[in-house]
Amino acid sequence: MRLVEVVTRVLQENSIFKELTPGQRELVAGCASLMVFQEGAFIYREGQPAQHFYLIRHGRVALEVHVPGRAPIIVDSLRDGDPLGWSWLIPPYRTHFDARALGLTRVMGFDAECLRQKMEENPAFGYALHKRMAPVIASRLAAARRQLIDIYGRPDQQGVAWR
Amino acid sequence: MAVAALPDRMQLHPFLVERVTMDVSDTFTLVLRPQYGTDAFPFKPGQFNMLYLFGVGEVPISISGDPQQPERLVHTIRALGTVTAAMQKLKKGSVVGVRGPFGTAWPVDEAAGADVVIIAGGVGLAPLRPAIHAILAKRGQYGRFVILYGARTPKDILFRRELQRWGGRMDTFVDVTVDRAPGDWRGNVGVVTSLIGHGGFEPEHTIAFVCGPEVMIRYAVQALSDRGVRDDRIYLSMERNMKCAVGFCGHCQWGGNFVCRDGPVFRFDGIADVFQVREL
Repeated sequence: MRLVEVVTRVLQENSIFKELTPGQRELVAGCASLMVFQEGAFIYREGQPAQHFYLIRHGRVALEVHVPGRAPIIVDSLRDGDPLGWSWLIPPYRTHFDARALGLTRVMGFDAECLRQKMEENPAFGYALHKRMAPVIASRLAAARRQLIDIYGRPDQQGVAWR
Repeated sequence: MAVAALPDRMQLHPFLVERVTMDVSDTFTLVLRPQYGTDAFPFKPGQFNMLYLFGVGEVPISISGDPQQPERLVHTIRALGTVTAAMQKLKKGSVVGVRGPFGTAWPVDEAAGADVVIIAGGVGLAPLRPAIHAILAKRGQYGRFVILYGARTPKDILFRRELQRWGGRMDTFVDVTVDRAPGDWRGNVGVVTSLIGHGGFEPEHTIAFVCGPEVMIRYAVQALSDRGVRDDRIYLSMERNMKCAVGFCGHCQWGGNFVCRDGPVFRFDGIADVFQVREL
């Protein structure tokens, strides 16, 4: 089976891409390659040009913040079926975190430059892809804000027994 | 879902502390047995007792033990106020007054035939543990069984060994996440609602039990609803300032409900309107 066919089949089953038209999925598939990362390998590092967008096929990836002199802090984790990276879509196309494989991780990588060029040339395709990526970005932002409110911290209220 | 009243629910029964276990930094479990006699203490999953520490005060605490082992009363408590902080210092042989059990229960029997999704956050796993025990005891009666748990950090994961044991079963899916973690953590990081999409349950055949901080409950209900779980199949446990536990004093009034009497377990469609009222 050709790579494009494999990728197209995966995209067809993915919640983000399944609603694209078959032609649009083929455009995405044309920018794809299969990649494998060993446990502990960095898929990308904070501040690097966002050259790829990834779909995790199998494995787990930690998004980390590196603090000099301290152990890294994991702020989010992603796994099978999750998209990894949205910096490729938003100028200046630089990554915001370190992404590290927590175990053997197989991903589908999409060349960001290739995708952006197709989106410029084909605005309907560009809009469709933006429309699928925007909810991912929004839900990650909402989740990050919820993590910030520390809902499991000690409530001020006294007399509430089990929380 | 209503649970039959006991003869005298204001009467205090003395119980002896048999064991105190520290679960996480500020949360501990008391195992109690009756001081006099050997009577069992039957309860339904989700119910709570009023625990009285003589000379200090009384607090409502959910029962966290196995309903099939009613000869020992188990309570998991977070030390937050004067009474619970004093309870944390109890030793084997100390006496605690017990009234109960009170309140409504998780609809464990009614959920037979359905996929069951448990969503818990922080010490909210404690009131759900009896339901988990009850479901596992009759595992064949249920469809997919999913337990999703969120904690603050890896160190704050409650009932860690039990979560591992449940997750090790072939017939139970357990997923745990924390809000933040050091670099050596191999599990999930993120809000508990991020686990829902990986549960593999069928929303139209699912009954969900949700317990944790109220903010977490709100987001969990929203996420379940977004996936297609109906409001009348979502149950949640609410917490208010309960005092008498019999719907008499009014301290825990919540809209038209008394949480101690009409709850703490509510079906979401019955309270959806008051749930959104910020002043309550």
